[in-house]
Amino acid sequence: MDKLVPVPSRGVVPERDVDKRPILETNNLGIDFGGLIAVDDFTILVGRTEIAGLIGPNGAGKTTVFNLLTNVYQPTRGIIMLDGISTQGLKTYQINKRGIARTFQNIRLFKELSVADNVKIGLQNTMSYSLAEAVLRLPGYWKQEKRAHARALELLSIFNMDHMADWKAGSLPYGAQRRLEIVRALASEPKLLLLDEPAAGMNPSETADLMENIRKIRDRFQIAVLLIEHDMNLVMGICEGIAVLNYGRIIAKGSPDEIKSNPVVIEAYLGKREEENHA
Amino acid sequence: MSKKPLHIKTPVRYLINALLFAALLFGGRVLIAGGGVSPFYVGIVTLAGINIILAVSLNMATGYLGQLPLGHAGFMAVGAYASAIFMTRSGLDPAVAMPFGLLIGGLVAAIFGVLIGIPALRLKGDYIAIITLGFGEIIRIVLLNIDEVLGFPFTYGAASLKGIPETSTFFNTFLLVGVTCFAIHTLMKSRHGRAILSIRENEIAADSCGVNLTYYKVMGFTVSAFFAGIAGSLYAGYLGILNPSNFSFMKSIEILVFVVLGGMGSMIGSVLSATVLTILPELLRQFAEWRMIVYALLLILVMVFKPSGLMGRFDFSMGRMLENIINVLTGRKTLKGKGGKTNG
Repeated sequence: MDKLVPVPSRGVVPERDVDKRPILETNNLGIDFGGLIAVDDFTILVGRTEIAGLIGPNGAGKTTVFNLLTNVYQPTRGIIMLDGISTQGLKTYQINKRGIARTFQNIRLFKELSVADNVKIGLQNTMSYSLAEAVLRLPGYWKQEKRAHARALELLSIFNMDHMADWKAGSLPYGAQRRLEIVRALASEPKLLLLDEPAAGMNPSETADLMENIRKIRDRFQIAVLLIEHDMNLVMGICEGIAVLNYGRIIAKGSPDEIKSNPVVIEAYLGKREEENHA
Repeated sequence: MSKKPLHIKTPVRYLINALLFAALLFGGRVLIAGGGVSPFYVGIVTLAGINIILAVSLNMATGYLGQLPLGHAGFMAVGAYASAIFMTRSGLDPAVAMPFGLLIGGLVAAIFGVLIGIPALRLKGDYIAIITLGFGEIIRIVLLNIDEVLGFPFTYGAASLKGIPETSTFFNTFLLVGVTCFAIHTLMKSRHGRAILSIRENEIAADSCGVNLTYYKVMGFTVSAFFAGIAGSLYAGYLGILNPSNFSFMKSIEILVFVVLGGMGSMIGSVLSATVLTILPELLRQFAEWRMIVYALLLILVMVFKPSGLMGRFDFSMGRMLENIINVLTGRKTLKGKGGKTNG
């Protein structure tokens, strides 16, 4: 089994992941939609506190992989091991409880609700009071709600958004909406955070901030991050391991430097040299 | 702004609300007991109370959960008949039997809510509307014909179930209006309520945030059915006679109109529009055939000029209103709205 981080030269695995079990392990994962093979032979390993990238041209199947990892789609073949346990047969909401949280390519916030409520819905799994405790306003309700509110503000403060807690999520500026999605995902205390194009639509300075924050989040929460991104500065800047997907198959795996110089990747992104000359 | 805006603490808010509600309830009772209001108007106001419970409970399923059930009269019918059959056969004193009758009405309706909810909520949008519409009609037809099948009188079908103790008064109806509004309010302002709202907002995101969609959809639907059953029980005790034709498709539509006109997702909207739309047709009685035209025009005008309903998704809070009034009066805050704030 190979690792998402360096395949050709196994010696370059980041030190902190060497002797720990990987958080995510997929083997020969694949899904067909009718006759179309959308993803095939998808085999990766993500270290416990690794920042990993999944890149590839449009339509390569990157988001499909996220949907497979969160069981939105049931895989046609292959297995997914989260923290050493298969996630087969689990519902999407159960996957969240087991430790995967995600954001979406096209932002999916609870727009009519307040920013704080968005985060508190992410905190859903950390609360346990019953329906009766809620309706009768028993002490369990007050205790947990108070804690949830404090926690929501604390998480929002990562992105300096705690002063926006009472704002309507839909009224936030675009960049803040993307950040709120990350905060909401973090609220469910994941072990693996999936970010689907977190920098889409951001300007260079916002992207630089985001890179800094993704690193900060990893260090602070000690979690793994797997991200899909088209912004090469971001991917090459923060990812420790990268997998390149094209037509549903992994065409290359390795460290940013290896990916940058890999002829197969260059071909997938830019086309062949001969064709270029003819065109 | 030198002074900090006043903030009324939550327990104090609850106390203020409880006191105002009690004042209203007992004030009305004293007024009625003193003979200050004609029984005709007491009847209309009581009916308005029943309609408020129906509207608020349907608002749970449409406004908060974001589904469109068209069979609310079905749940109401189940509750009404369950409680009426219990009341007429238990042999208990009506005053003693009434709380049990209400509870039985609510619980039986809730059981039907679960039974219908589990298959219906696998579908989306229009399909739920059709399935619940069908369910409402099935209930009515079954109530009409079940005696033939059973071979003994049970619901008395088209001949009507008569002799139900008329236990629904202004006082106990509005007490239950209060209980219903409080229960739904506290439910919605909790983790369970947030989960229900998240389903309305974005199902896919809710799912990936760890919200068990099926569980919370069925919960929202069942709570809605439970209170419809309570309203049905009150309705039985209000009329004293039940006929399946009381619970036709038009009754479901009538309740839906309360909710849509008031604003889906606004409890105060449901309360106000149920009140106005119950009382208005009665006040317009002197205009005979014109009244239904006025009623219809009102609906059209609201939908044209305020499609989100009179209140939109605004939620009224007595505590917040008092805070604002005090803050403005004492100069702690200017009259400018905060904007952007929402209460789902």
